[in-house]
Amino acid sequence: MKTISGQNKAYKVLSIVILVVLAILFLFPLYWIVTGAFKPATDIYATKPVWTPSEWVSTNFENLFNRRSAPLFEIFGLQGPTVPAAFRWLINTVFMAVVAMILTCITAAMAGYALAKKRFRGRAILFGLIVCAMALPKQVILIPLLREMSDLHLYDTLWAVIFPTVGWPFGVFLMKQFSESIPGEILEAARVDGSSELRTFATIVVPMIKPGIGALAIFTFINSWNDYFMQLIMLSSGSNFTISLGIATLQAETTIDMGMLMAGAALAAIPIIVVFLVFQKYFTQGITMGAVKG
Amino acid sequence: MCPFPVHSGEGAPPYSENSMIREGCSGLAKQNQPAMGRALQRRENINGYLFMLPSLVFFVGFVIIPMFICIFNSLTDANMRDSAVHFIGLNNFVNLWQDKTFLEALKNTFIIVVVSVPTVCAFSLWVASAIYKLKGPVLSTFRCIFYLPVVTGSVAVTVVWKWMYDNYTGIFNAVLKGAGLIDKNINFLGDSRFALWCIILILFTTSVGQPIVLYVSALGNVDQSLVEASRVDGATGLQVFWRIKWPQMMPTTLYILVITTINSFQCFALIQLLTQGGSGTNTVMYYIYYTAFKLTEQSGHFGYANAMGVMLAVFIAILSAVQFRLAKEK
Repeated sequence: MKTISGQNKAYKVLSIVILVVLAILFLFPLYWIVTGAFKPATDIYATKPVWTPSEWVSTNFENLFNRRSAPLFEIFGLQGPTVPAAFRWLINTVFMAVVAMILTCITAAMAGYALAKKRFRGRAILFGLIVCAMALPKQVILIPLLREMSDLHLYDTLWAVIFPTVGWPFGVFLMKQFSESIPGEILEAARVDGSSELRTFATIVVPMIKPGIGALAIFTFINSWNDYFMQLIMLSSGSNFTISLGIATLQAETTIDMGMLMAGAALAAIPIIVVFLVFQKYFTQGITMGAVKG
Repeated sequence: MCPFPVHSGEGAPPYSENSMIREGCSGLAKQNQPAMGRALQRRENINGYLFMLPSLVFFVGFVIIPMFICIFNSLTDANMRDSAVHFIGLNNFVNLWQDKTFLEALKNTFIIVVVSVPTVCAFSLWVASAIYKLKGPVLSTFRCIFYLPVVTGSVAVTVVWKWMYDNYTGIFNAVLKGAGLIDKNINFLGDSRFALWCIILILFTTSVGQPIVLYVSALGNVDQSLVEASRVDGATGLQVFWRIKWPQMMPTTLYILVITTINSFQCFALIQLLTQGGSGTNTVMYYIYYTAFKLTEQSGHFGYANAMGVMLAVFIAILSAVQFRLAKEK
């Protein structure tokens, strides 16, 4: 008995040690981005790795900002002041991710509620179609999507990235899972009280599926921020780039200035990591709920 | 991709069964009040579709229609130069199997899938079982750290790994040299002996986050009374794991297998940013992109590229079906 618990203890200690080592390895690329962004050139090009910057400098960011410029915004032909392109890319990315998130949450919550609670005809077929579409590789449809967007005169606009993200049926599926748990009696009572359908949805359904909406919002935001392939295909002019696409382009132009690339990578990664850490609560909630549902 | 165990395929049947039972009930209720039935059904139809409408516009417009165009185009010679489109039957699919580049890309894609899917599953299962009993804040810290590469985004991750693999200033070369394992710097991404494995390593670090989150919640949901009972009967830790916990986590495992397979098949950003398909790292997804969009001699062959896309979808469907089968047998 004693040996077993002793073995157990040794195993536990060993596994914690391995976990910590793994965690350090997983954090290392991020550490390397952040320190690299502030390292002077001599550290970057040293053949022996410089683990911490010998001096924290902002030259990498200056190089990044001086390299390209773009108007801060363009709305109906109105141009903002000229700023480093990286700022414009960040604004574009935030706009894209926020709009995609809002549209996805609204449409998916409505559709999920309908699929879960409304007994309309063709419901089963629709749901089947949604499940099938989810299992297909998303990238495969990008070529026809590109031509469709250019026919709609949306090619090289952020909408060409936003609309397909909203159309992706995962959100509907998730919202259906969450809406299943709404008791039918409450909805029935609201109807008897003369509440309109939209009112019932807004005042009863939405508050009940809030954790699900929170989870969907954070996932849509992160996925849309990082969906590099879609951005690469749909956007072509520098002032419409997202931050990922901008950094990728710089990377193709210069493979030498690693410091500048790290500054760009930091600019692309830090905001989304902060968003993730701040909204983690919804994230974990959504997962536990989703797991119980699944 | 989502980290929820939604079991797109297998989760569906019990679900629809549930709703069928419920539908049956409401059907019975309707029979009790036949006068209301038809008006009620009509109201449900109208309201249902009104609520579905906003979502359907996007779903049909930007998923279903392109999907059908993709299948249709795969049977044509659609391309960038010639606006006339000719129906050529299954020619594209026949040509694929004589295309050396495609076969090579297919081989690489399968290597990636075969290597990364089992390692991702095993690794995330181990990490999850090592952390799921830890205290709340510690657990969420570990979960966060392993999820960070996913959040960081493929471009930022790729850019830093490219530097780490670099021939002259990369940290891998420096460390290996410092440890005396190599005397000459290795050009990791330029050498066909290493390049694909380098890419698989990056793919691995960006793939384990979601499975770990899923396994942690699955382990937390295991029926504790069964675990306790088997402990009382004298089962060892390993026995408890394989006999009690593992079977209960099967749906989660299946879901993880399917999403990891799909992710590995679609490995694109890493290839495009690191090697552009060189040094023996071409994959089907990259070749599709190359055929359709890269400005080269044979660019803009949408029909051919679409045929590859359809093939890819077929492979993924077959593999998913096989995984379902295997999981069911167990």
